[in-house]
Amino acid sequence: MSDTETADLEIFRNETRIWLEANCPPEMRKPATSDADVFWGGRNAKFSSEPQRIWFERMRDKGWTVPDWPKEYGGGGLSAAEHKVLRAEMARIGARPPLSSFGIWMLGPALLKYGNDAQKKEHLPKIAAGEIRWCQGYSEPNAGSDLASLQTRAESDGDDFIINGQKIWTSYANYADWIFCLVRTDPTAKKHDGISFILFDMTSKGVSTKPILLISGYSPFCETFFDNVRVPKSNVVGTINRGWDVAKYLLQHERAMISGMGERGVGRPLGQIAADSVGTDGQGRLDDAMLRGQIARFDVDEAALAACAERAVDLAKAGQAHPAFSSAMKYYGTELNKRRHEILMSAGGVDALEWESERSRQGARPRAWLRTKANSIEGGTSEVMLGIVAKRILDLPGA
Amino acid sequence: MALVLTEEQSMLRDSARGLISDKAPVSHLRHLRDSKDRTGFSKELWHSFAEMGFAGLLVPEEFGGSGLGHVEAGVVMEEIGRTLMPSPFLATSVVAASALNRGGNSAQRSEYLPKIAGGSLLATLAIDEGAKHRPLHTGLQAVRAGNGFKLSGAKALVVDGHVADLLIVAARTTGAAGEREGLTLFLVNPAAKGVAIERTIMVDAHNAARIEFANVEVNADSVLGEVDQGATLLDGVLDIGRGAVAAEMVGLSEEVFGRTVEYLKSRKQFGKLIGEFQALQHRAAELYVDIEITRAAVMKALQALDGDVAKAASAVAVAKARAGTTATRAVQEGVQMHGGMGMTDQFDIGFFMKRARVCEELFGDANYHTEQLARARGY
Repeated sequence: MSDTETADLEIFRNETRIWLEANCPPEMRKPATSDADVFWGGRNAKFSSEPQRIWFERMRDKGWTVPDWPKEYGGGGLSAAEHKVLRAEMARIGARPPLSSFGIWMLGPALLKYGNDAQKKEHLPKIAAGEIRWCQGYSEPNAGSDLASLQTRAESDGDDFIINGQKIWTSYANYADWIFCLVRTDPTAKKHDGISFILFDMTSKGVSTKPILLISGYSPFCETFFDNVRVPKSNVVGTINRGWDVAKYLLQHERAMISGMGERGVGRPLGQIAADSVGTDGQGRLDDAMLRGQIARFDVDEAALAACAERAVDLAKAGQAHPAFSSAMKYYGTELNKRRHEILMSAGGVDALEWESERSRQGARPRAWLRTKANSIEGGTSEVMLGIVAKRILDLPGA
Repeated sequence: MALVLTEEQSMLRDSARGLISDKAPVSHLRHLRDSKDRTGFSKELWHSFAEMGFAGLLVPEEFGGSGLGHVEAGVVMEEIGRTLMPSPFLATSVVAASALNRGGNSAQRSEYLPKIAGGSLLATLAIDEGAKHRPLHTGLQAVRAGNGFKLSGAKALVVDGHVADLLIVAARTTGAAGEREGLTLFLVNPAAKGVAIERTIMVDAHNAARIEFANVEVNADSVLGEVDQGATLLDGVLDIGRGAVAAEMVGLSEEVFGRTVEYLKSRKQFGKLIGEFQALQHRAAELYVDIEITRAAVMKALQALDGDVAKAASAVAVAKARAGTTATRAVQEGVQMHGGMGMTDQFDIGFFMKRARVCEELFGDANYHTEQLARARGY
């Protein structure tokens, strides 16, 4: 980086810091503690508080719901280096993301790479502005880890496809406005070659959803049914029957998103949270030597993973990233997040077992703990991730 | 700062790798070990190191060095780790040079730093006394005597101790073991009366010594830094050493891993390449992820040291702890996956296992640094 670039970046840092100080409400500088604290956007979106609305609107107006997207699509047009500065400055004050969205994390990057002009102009600005909430139609009852064996059919009918079949584990399908969906457009081709990536409105005739109750007591996922749903062929992203390319590209972004789901570096250190319930000894150390050791080892690994996540971004920027590296991050990040919540449960002891009391915020801790068990399953299991690393990065033989 | 090497750093890596892989492959260490070489390293190679500017890599240009930083030192250490090359680089060019540069007055810096950069002076830090690395438990006594001090006590795991021209000795001038206050660093001539040096042949065939000090007289000019206030200087110098050893362990881990993956792709059993077995694929993949994460943590620590040594402690603790556990895992998986071959002396993999064990103890093991992080985070 040249001296001028470095100087420009420092100016940007100062301006950003001042702007965030002036515009991020204090309420939005605390970690989210419940679902209501997360704003997902969409046609039926409601703000849970005035500060949440203000923060969202100010960030949207700057294009900073999607800071690195082009300005013409409602983004901030920031360079990778500027985006890194913005993230660092937001982390510095603990600012929440103004908008959470599968459109931002998953569909957007895929549209930017594979979408045609009309699709980009139609969908990206509405994602950036939080107007449309998206869900992902990937898994099916018989296509989980072996996703490419999916059976949802899309049959040609003039300018349209007629879609029939069932998806499962569709996150928040019951709240979503639109779906990006994998469908089989050529049942005679080899399994990876007959798939298309298609977009449609969830209010289309023939679409229905049914929430699935999980061990956490929540229903973040749905079964989604398609009964003769009519979708224009122009809604296919990329080439018909080449949807697997789009699907894989999007999965890399999904995996990067899931690996970052842990509450890294936010709020109080785990050891201090544990000290609240376990207590401390005469020297101020956590009064449970084994738990303390577990936590410290976790902290080492968490800090190292944070460095690796930073490096992954820098490698991508330098054009040195391996395309399958997100699988490595997804594997480690999700396993680490499960470790974190096992520690939190152990630290909480009896108090962490309450499921319905006010005191326990309706069992927030055990429900979060149970939710994390899905992290190493959704978006590709840990075993699938290790298989990808073995074959695509290490080039080990077989299958 | 981006966590990738710059173009200049990549060029440095290439030239270090070229020299080291050419002149000092693992067979070089094997030869030094088997011939019971008295020096324990190649003086000729050390001259090459000096000529290429490596010996004075961290020495400021005004004292004849290259004036580079800890990321660059880490680049060289990583290459050393790939072939296990025995070299004074760690003890002299990284640890001692940093101690002299950071703690020395102008007379001390002018006297020693140019010689280090030129490759003519070997120096080392004598810190450990017990079985484990516990810098604040330093008990070697330095008692005021006339215009100077008298040193009494013993040190262990002094790297290059039997070949060093200058010892930097951590001593206690006041206070009790465990206290920060009262530590002082002294520059001691190894030929001084009362210094007894025993070269200890180590498991990894690298240089180390036990040194006894019996009423060794040093004058007031021998103090490095401030009397009684050595702990802060020592913290920084040790963190610099830890970052460098962590980088060595990254190089070592990657090399063992690379050799192991190649073996998985060439060894056949049950009519298949053993790399086709999922049990081994997943273990190899886990190890790969571990090494990548550790590499990033080490790079982060080295950059932190380049930014401000005093603020790098937690990043260094993370790096050294991760490097220790990762290297330990890499060498164990390396031996296991090589099967019976991994157990033979003829095969190189055992050298890596032995060196990893020593690196783990050098300047504090993973448990030590994990404990430091817990303390820093207040629990």
